[in-house]
Amino acid sequence: MDNLTVYLQRVGPDLLEGMIISLELTLVALSLGVLVGLPAALARVYGGTWVRRLAIAYIEIFRGTPLLVQLFIAYYGLPDLGITLSRFTAAFITLGLNSGAYQAEYFRGAIQAVGSGQMIAARAIGMTRIQAIRYIILPQALRLVLPAWSNEAISMVKYTAVVFLIAVPDLMGKAKILAGRYFNPIEMYLTVALIYIFLVAVATWLMRTVENKLQTPGLELEVERH
Amino acid sequence: MSDPPILHIEDLYKSYQDSEIIKGISFVVQEKEVVVIIGPSGTGKSTLLRCINLLTRPDKGKIWLEDQEITAPHTNVDKIRQRIGMVFQDFNLFNHMTALQNVTIGMTRVLKMKSTEARDKGMWELERVGLSEKAHQYPAQLSGGQKQRVAIARALGMNPHIMLFDEPTSALDPELIGEVLGVMQKLAEEGMTMLVVTHEMGFAREVSDRIIFMENGYIVEQGPPKKMFYNPELERTRNFLWKITELYGKQEEKEQ
Amino acid sequence: MEFLQNLLLLFRYLIAGTWVTLGVTAIALSTGFGVGILLATFRVYGGAMLRTIAALYSLVIRAVPVIVVIFILYFVIARFVDLSPFLSGSLALGIASGAYQSEVFRGAILSVPPGQMLAARAIGMSRVKAIRYIILPQALRLSIPPWSNEAAIVLKDSSLVYVIGVAEILRRAEYVSARTLQPFIAFGAAALIYFSLTFLTNRALDWLEQRYRVLM
Repeated sequence: MDNLTVYLQRVGPDLLEGMIISLELTLVALSLGVLVGLPAALARVYGGTWVRRLAIAYIEIFRGTPLLVQLFIAYYGLPDLGITLSRFTAAFITLGLNSGAYQAEYFRGAIQAVGSGQMIAARAIGMTRIQAIRYIILPQALRLVLPAWSNEAISMVKYTAVVFLIAVPDLMGKAKILAGRYFNPIEMYLTVALIYIFLVAVATWLMRTVENKLQTPGLELEVERH
Repeated sequence: MSDPPILHIEDLYKSYQDSEIIKGISFVVQEKEVVVIIGPSGTGKSTLLRCINLLTRPDKGKIWLEDQEITAPHTNVDKIRQRIGMVFQDFNLFNHMTALQNVTIGMTRVLKMKSTEARDKGMWELERVGLSEKAHQYPAQLSGGQKQRVAIARALGMNPHIMLFDEPTSALDPELIGEVLGVMQKLAEEGMTMLVVTHEMGFAREVSDRIIFMENGYIVEQGPPKKMFYNPELERTRNFLWKITELYGKQEEKEQ
Repeated sequence: MEFLQNLLLLFRYLIAGTWVTLGVTAIALSTGFGVGILLATFRVYGGAMLRTIAALYSLVIRAVPVIVVIFILYFVIARFVDLSPFLSGSLALGIASGAYQSEVFRGAILSVPPGQMLAARAIGMSRVKAIRYIILPQALRLSIPPWSNEAAIVLKDSSLVYVIGVAEILRRAEYVSARTLQPFIAFGAAALIYFSLTFLTNRALDWLEQRYRVLM
């Protein structure tokens, strides 16, 4: 038990710092993802030809390439074009855009699941397209998307882990530094694994609680990702 | 009768959670007999059939298949089921296989027949139910009546000593019922021992050797069709059959 | 002119890495497939102990980032066996994928109508035979769409093994970037190649889905 305390004292503070960064990344990425993903989904369902094509291109590119490659392009590649981002900015933006593409597909699924009958009924009572989307379609779609979106939110905690490869000092980043310092990679990464399990458990509990609070009878939809 | 009956059920009990579905059923089925079980829905008729081939384990009571007590511990249940054929209300055909494959899979994988032998026998059984030209079609391509006939062929392929039918026509559109009942009648004429749960009164009256009336988990009365339909002993039997016959009788009259 | 020549060389060098990427993906997916089917069968048909172990495996591994799993397994494997980074990386990715695939297969097995098992037992098949000849074949066909999803994910996650030194596409891109000091083109080219791979894989799996659709 003594060894444990020594160990915790050694690595605790750094890991805690790393954990906080990971959580920041998670929250920013998720929010950015909604800000980009929802409009992209709307563009895909309701947009004109070119708007739709743009949305599809964005979604396909970000879903069709590895997150790591996107990070490298953002951090190492963009300076070539004159855009220099700090590690953090690169991480936030890339994670956000990446998540946005996946979220766009979930939103699209939910919007389409609401059913065209709702739109027809809304137009029939004189609403404009935008009003129908805002007051009838979206409220239902947002409830339908909840399970899939929770999955994404919970998984986001894990997805942020790769940013340590562009030297962002998140949980994994700190672990790597500590492993280098104390020559105990297996212990470090196992500890980190435990922390991630804890974080995922908390995130799961959080999302389930939110889901239960927002339950509406008759509006359920299941989509699988990680 | 010097030979043992094909099926002997003694004092069977089965409960689900708190309700007792089968409350002490006993009866016997002789070789080549066609026995029809009738009664209101939900009175344990399907459960009874599933107990007979041990898809459901009875809580109490004994069942003999010919001279073997199949409810005894350490019985090889899979082997027993080879001798009992079952036809389900929902057909339950194997969706990823053609009609012929549905019939032969039991032959090759369970009875370990050679595939050429199995194929020949399979075609023969499909011929028997009138579907040899559908041998290479998939269940999704068949009508309900055709599916059920393939299901019958599948059960026959195992050379069963007794065939159990669990409301075989209840899930069928009316115009498809006839083709299945026709096959069942043919089987009866060929001498197959059959135990049938059904609402088809015409079949019960014309084809069965004995009718068992079950209600609330008991056998209320049993006897040959002439007696049960026209001169039953109990008021309850008379009421049920009269109601049903009236319903179906009107239908039959219309058809004539 | 020299620029175009360099571009061509770059592509050829990167595309050579494609084979490595595909190798990693193939090994990972097949390992994961075996693990996944086994775990799924345990979870649906196993006794209490098997069910719990399988469920725990799935839950724990899926709660940890793939890169962490790869790291841990790489170091653990390295302690006991002398495997190339290619093999240990692929196996690690496979073990992680197995947990996700087990969820796919479990869902598919549970979607097979219960009457199928009843009918199989009714003609005298043992449980094992019924699972093998009736349930699993149908479950596998049902699992093609979600499995395709997982396959695409593994293809993209194969880029993670670059960290342990496997010379797949990303690592080569990094090398090129360091040599030519033109990271945007290097990583951009890598992105293009990955995109083509995912695109082709999706098409191939769509075809598979069409071919083996089970109509109920």
